[in-house]
Amino acid sequence: MLNIIAGSLSVGVTPSTSSYESIATTTVGSGGTQSITFSSIPATYTHLQLRTSHATNNTTNIYFRINGSTTAAEYGYHYIVGTGSGSASAASDVSHVNTYLPLAYNSNPSNFTAGVFDFLDYTSTTKNKTIRGLYGQDNNGSGYIQFGSSLWINTAAITSLTILSTGGDYINQYSSFALYGIKGV
Amino acid sequence: MAAGSTYTPIATNTVSGSSTSSITFNSFSGYTDIVIISNGTFNTGDNGYNLTFNSDTGTNYSTTYLYGDGSSAASVRASNANAISAARMNTSFGVGITHIMNYANSTTYKTVLSRGNSGALVNANVGLWRSTSAITSLTVACPAGISNFVAGTTFTLYGITAA
Repeated sequence: MLNIIAGSLSVGVTPSTSSYESIATTTVGSGGTQSITFSSIPATYTHLQLRTSHATNNTTNIYFRINGSTTAAEYGYHYIVGTGSGSASAASDVSHVNTYLPLAYNSNPSNFTAGVFDFLDYTSTTKNKTIRGLYGQDNNGSGYIQFGSSLWINTAAITSLTILSTGGDYINQYSSFALYGIKGV
Repeated sequence: MAAGSTYTPIATNTVSGSSTSSITFNSFSGYTDIVIISNGTFNTGDNGYNLTFNSDTGTNYSTTYLYGDGSSAASVRASNANAISAARMNTSFGVGITHIMNYANSTTYKTVLSRGNSGALVNANVGLWRSTSAITSLTVACPAGISNFVAGTTFTLYGITAA
C-alpha cells in the first residue's frame, strides 16, 4: 500500500501552461443543491482533473456517477485513510451495490473538504476507467486524509459526470467543483 | 463550456547559501487555487515544511497526517498549531505538491492538501487555517528544530483559474 502512495506521487500527471485547461466550474448557490452535472465533456483531452472544495448539510459522503449509468455492477473502489490517530485503515468496496461511487466525505459541515481527482484516459473506448483521488478535511481536532482509487467497469468514453448527494442531504452553498482537461501529445 | 489554459507558473524561489529558514510569496492574485511544488532538503531532521498565511503566527492552524515508512502506515494530528505541516523533507530528499484550495474567498476557512516524500517517509496531509480572510501572502518555513533549507531547494508557485 505504501508503494502505491509513493507511486502516485512519482507518476502524477504533469501539467503545463499549455496542456492544462479549464473546462467548466460550478459554484453552489444559496440553498444548496443535490446534484451537479458536467455534460458534453469535450473529448479533446487525455485526462480530466476535478478539483473540489465542498461541504454538505450533514456529515456525509457525496458521490459521483459517470455517463448517467445506474448499473451498480459497474462501480467499485479502494481507499486508505488516516483519521488523526493510530494506524491508517484501508478498505474496498467491490461488491457493486451502489449506482454511484463515493467522491469525498464531509466530516464537519462547518468546514470544507478539499479534493483533487484524476480521471485517466477518459476518452478510451477499450479500457475500463480508473479514477484516483486525494481528499480530506481538517477540523482542528477531527478530520481525515484519504487516498482513493475508483473503477468504472465500462469501456465507453466518459462524456458526462454527475456529483450527487443522497438520502435527502444536499451540497452546501459556496461549494465549488472545477473540471479541467489535460492534453497529451 | 468555457475553456482556457491555466496552471500558470507564478514564481520560483531557489535557495542559495545556508541561512534561509523561510520564504514568502506575496503576489498571486487572480486565481482560484494555488499549487506549491517543492523539491529540496533541510540541513537536518525529517519533517514537513511549515506553511502559514498572511503573516498569521497565531495558533489558528491544524493538520491531519497520513504517513508510511515502508512497513506500516499511521495517522496523527496537530491542533491549535502555529502552522500547517506540509510535504516532508529530510537531509537528502524531499519532493512535494501542496494545493491551497479556493484561497481568495473571504467566506470560508481555508483547506490545504499536501503530499510528499522525504526518502524515509511518504506523507499526505490535510490542513486547516481557521480564517475567512483571503490569502494574500504565504510563507514556507523550516519547522522547529531545523534551522535552514539547503542551497538548491526550490519552491515554485502555480495558479489555477477555474472557468
